[in-house]
Amino acid sequence: MLKTLLPHPLLTLLIVLMWILLSGFSVGSAAFGLLLGVAIPRLTSAYWPDRPRIGSPLTIIEYALIVLWDIVVANFQVAYLILFRRGDDLHSQFVTVPLDLRTPEAITALAGTITMTPGTVSASLSADGRALLVHCLETNDPEQTVAGIKSRYESRLQRIFET
Amino acid sequence: MPGFGEIAVSALICLGAFFLFVGSFGLAKLPDLMRRLHGPTKATTLGIGALLIASMLYFILEDEIVSLQELLITTFLFLTAPVTALMVAKAHILLDKNDQEHLPPTGREAGWSVLDAPQTDEVKKS
Repeated sequence: MLKTLLPHPLLTLLIVLMWILLSGFSVGSAAFGLLLGVAIPRLTSAYWPDRPRIGSPLTIIEYALIVLWDIVVANFQVAYLILFRRGDDLHSQFVTVPLDLRTPEAITALAGTITMTPGTVSASLSADGRALLVHCLETNDPEQTVAGIKSRYESRLQRIFET
Repeated sequence: MPGFGEIAVSALICLGAFFLFVGSFGLAKLPDLMRRLHGPTKATTLGIGALLIASMLYFILEDEIVSLQELLITTFLFLTAPVTALMVAKAHILLDKNDQEHLPPTGREAGWSVLDAPQTDEVKKS
């Protein structure tokens, strides 16, 4: 009963919070936010049948801080590459990242993280969902790049989503 | 607003503007699409981020209001930017025959999902 009414309780909570933040706090906005928070997860539940299990908030915060730090560092690196290197001299190439992650939510988070961080953009997923195609702006050692992604992000996501 | 506050807000706005400029400059300068994609996806995150932090700081110091809508903008940006980049990259791979031939192997039986039909466990069973 509760599961059909609220297929994704966390999503409901998130939508309500987001609506209140967007429209300012009042009883009316809270009520309308709650309406949206119940309606949207139900309408979209057909496309998102499983409920992901999420690990402790501490690991999520740790992951977010690491990613934020990497984004700041990446910005300076990419800015340097763009400003001081000739575009044709950059050693850009596609690399394959084999995935140990299995849950769709975790793979989505990993692909998003890769796109937002140091000189890498995720470009495609293998047809069986077990490998990511990643484009590197500047790499001399693709294997080390892949190992870095796996140890820095994938292992932590595995702890968050798949323990 | 105290003097150091004005300096901090101005510095953040300049930093943000600089990174936004670098992102757009990379988009114009780099030679091919996949490299160009790196400019807007990265250099702009810190650019927008610095501008939003400047905005929050301004409202805290000037009106003494803690404005949280900037955090929402950041969230939406982080949710949508990778999706856009992924779609552009996929469209590029579909159109570019040269890149298609030079993609690295997946290391598995299935090919890349841009070019091959998806192979889920259910498809394999049937």
